[in-house]
Amino acid sequence: MSESLTCDVVVVGAGMTGAACALYAARAGLGVTVVDRGPVAGGTTGAGEGNLLVSDKAPGPELDLALLSHRLWAEVAQELGGAVEYEPKGGLVVAETPGALDALRRFAAGQRANGVTAAPVPADRLRDLEPRLRDGLAGGVHYPQDAQVMPALAAAHLLRASGARLLTGREVTGVLRGTDGAVRGVRTDRGDLHAPAVVNAAGPWGGELAARAGVSLPVLPRRGFVLVTEPLPPRIRHKVYAADYVTDVASDSAALRTSPVVEGTAAGPVLIGASRERVGFDRSVSLPAVRALAAGAIRMFPFLSGVRAVRTYAGFRPYLPDHLPAIGPDPRAPGLLHACGHEGAGIGLATGTGRLIARVLTGQAPELDLTPFRPDRFPPTSGEAER
Amino acid sequence: MRTDLAVIGAGPAGLAASLAASARGVRVALLDAEPEPGGQYYRRPAAGLRARRPRAPHGRWRTWTRLRDGLAASSVRRLADHHVWCVERRPDGLTVHALLGPEQEQPAEVHARAVLLATGGHEVVLPFPGWTLPGVVTAGGAQAMLKGGLVVPGRTAVVAGTGPLLLPVAAGLAAAGVSVAALVESADPRRLVRYAGPLVGKLPEGAGYAAGLLRHRVPFLARHTVVRAHGDERLTGVTVAALDAHGRLRPGTERHLPCDALAVGHGMLPHTDLAEGLGCRLDGPAVAVDGEQRTDVPGVWAAGEATGIGGAALALAEGHIAGRSAAARLRGTAPDPGAWAPAARARARLRASASALDAVYAPPGRWTDRVTDDTVVCRCEEVDAGAVRAAVAGLGAGDPRTVKLLTRAGMGWCQGRMCGPAVAALAGCAPTPSRRPFARPVPLGVLARPHADTAGPHPTDHPAGTGPSTDHPAGTGRPADRPTERGPS
Repeated sequence: MSESLTCDVVVVGAGMTGAACALYAARAGLGVTVVDRGPVAGGTTGAGEGNLLVSDKAPGPELDLALLSHRLWAEVAQELGGAVEYEPKGGLVVAETPGALDALRRFAAGQRANGVTAAPVPADRLRDLEPRLRDGLAGGVHYPQDAQVMPALAAAHLLRASGARLLTGREVTGVLRGTDGAVRGVRTDRGDLHAPAVVNAAGPWGGELAARAGVSLPVLPRRGFVLVTEPLPPRIRHKVYAADYVTDVASDSAALRTSPVVEGTAAGPVLIGASRERVGFDRSVSLPAVRALAAGAIRMFPFLSGVRAVRTYAGFRPYLPDHLPAIGPDPRAPGLLHACGHEGAGIGLATGTGRLIARVLTGQAPELDLTPFRPDRFPPTSGEAER
Repeated sequence: MRTDLAVIGAGPAGLAASLAASARGVRVALLDAEPEPGGQYYRRPAAGLRARRPRAPHGRWRTWTRLRDGLAASSVRRLADHHVWCVERRPDGLTVHALLGPEQEQPAEVHARAVLLATGGHEVVLPFPGWTLPGVVTAGGAQAMLKGGLVVPGRTAVVAGTGPLLLPVAAGLAAAGVSVAALVESADPRRLVRYAGPLVGKLPEGAGYAAGLLRHRVPFLARHTVVRAHGDERLTGVTVAALDAHGRLRPGTERHLPCDALAVGHGMLPHTDLAEGLGCRLDGPAVAVDGEQRTDVPGVWAAGEATGIGGAALALAEGHIAGRSAAARLRGTAPDPGAWAPAARARARLRASASALDAVYAPPGRWTDRVTDDTVVCRCEEVDAGAVRAAVAGLGAGDPRTVKLLTRAGMGWCQGRMCGPAVAALAGCAPTPSRRPFARPVPLGVLARPHADTAGPHPTDHPAGTGPSTDHPAGTGRPADRPTERGPS
């Protein structure tokens, strides 16, 4: 079967970022086709927790994008809130030692100066927010802007709301370029899709897609496990994590790092993240990683010791060497735009990313300066030494 | 504890394998979740019930006493009440992680040089309107009640679904004094005649059950199905109807059968969670094995229903072969298949009968048409068929995993073991491997415990004569953690 289709923009990737790009591009009046070799939310989106966080972002371009995205998520929630399980539950970051608390408070002060609501919580008030936290924590910071969605539902509902044509189970095998080098569409295993613009929203496979367009983008997978417990009555109210999570996120180490991120869900199970290791696309379960997650969660919430984990699964965060996503036009291939490499923050940053991409596609000035996200900011890759 | 061979599952396959291996000088630990060995097939009333010898065909009883006495006389270390949740590959072998006792709260570990998966199968029950009413039980559940507790699920029963299990269940219920209103089989067992060749040997057993049904005047409704179960608080009856050749209802054939119990089953599927967690290759729904019952993961064997549903006799043959192969390879020698030729012949014959039965007993073609939108499909998460259909039609789900993500079907306590086949069929696609790293729920406190003692080989702990060179399972001379490699055979 082969067919040729024409539209204004082809979005490659039916995950959260692709869905948000489709939504904002369609609302800007463009005809959008979304294509994915798998199903909707079949990659990183389907393996994530649905974090919409400002709390873990240091002042800088990623925090600016998070704050823009936060405002847009609130708008999306007005329209689709129930369907995507949007919960503005807030985050609570706890410090185990006085030293960690000092560092956390300095970090929060910097965030406050940049538009984040961050309220210090003394040790004796932590249980007002989270009654089941363990004794002896040094203190914490409350971030009421942190929120959560169910990521697969969010991607599916944003795609539906966009009205974009959705082609799943269809692999992009090449990006079509004209004699002038400009992008003309994509070739798929079932025919060409013609469009003057192509958006790379392929997540951890974004480097692969870039290569199919003849440009390099050093996206690598950074594996994470999530542990899921049996359903419980609501016992954990916020997204709760230890202050060392922030340093793990920013770490460049390939070795396993875990810092507990614990939260309840609307459906009942408690989700426990977040391990980080660079092992390529290896999906097999690592008991050491899972054990470390369990131990970290119990260290914060001792009652979890008797709660059963019913499953665990791995996902692959799309990671770029400087921990910032690639967003915007690629000068090396006119008509190609990138929207990938958000590492573990892609659900939260999706709305802002989609809006910025739509602005560029319609020739309007984007709300944020795209310079820090330029896709050609990296030196050409010398193979895949990281793996 | 440490052992040479850890056998997981004490049903026919695991028992045969344990006896065959231990008779050849190998240290065997036999783990099973139940307090008593035997599995579902040899399930017996608990001793406290003081029941007389349970009703069972004579051959089965004789085989069981031989296995039981063999086990008692053997050096097999029996580990009852061990619920295995994971088998881990380690540089020095394999670690079997289990939870102890009925509460499943205490951890236990068995370190082995080789593992045999005899994890059996589980029943498939496809949904239909009313199937969640109290009084509706699975066919296998009804059989377990009969064999184990000497209780019956009701006074008047209908047995329905498809597959060779329905016959013994109906016969067992009738013999226990239950009035069986009908045996409703959606397939046409007359087609079995076409496979008379491969089924030689199976037929006498079936004929015995059929004679039992005749004696108790149980009506046999072939190519019929239960359309709906009725009742408010609990089951009061079922509507049955005839099926045409395409699996559609024949108009005008519906009728009501009053009953207070419905035993329903649609065949069985292999238990493959542990095998999948180890990275073993599957062949369709079953663990793929070679002629020695080895999986493609070094040091891991599989036998019985886990490698394809085929019944107890096939499981015994496969277990025997697996036990002998593992014993030889653990001792660093190549096994001689000639030594187990009779078992291999039985295996070939019984596998042919199993595929013949598979070809005859299949759910009717259009069964999903009769699942109304308000029929619950995933009972753990209370997801109905309408939600599954909406995810497919409205949200772009085209495979079981996406349906799960968008509806929560299969995310609950049973992790889709029950609803997996139904959800896939409603989504219009084939079931896919489910990736369940935990074969059962495990307390976070157990997961979090330090496990420092298991690293590195313990050469002094090996039995005399094996030496450090056979430290790798199956004598392949290769580390156990290299996936999808097989040593020279």
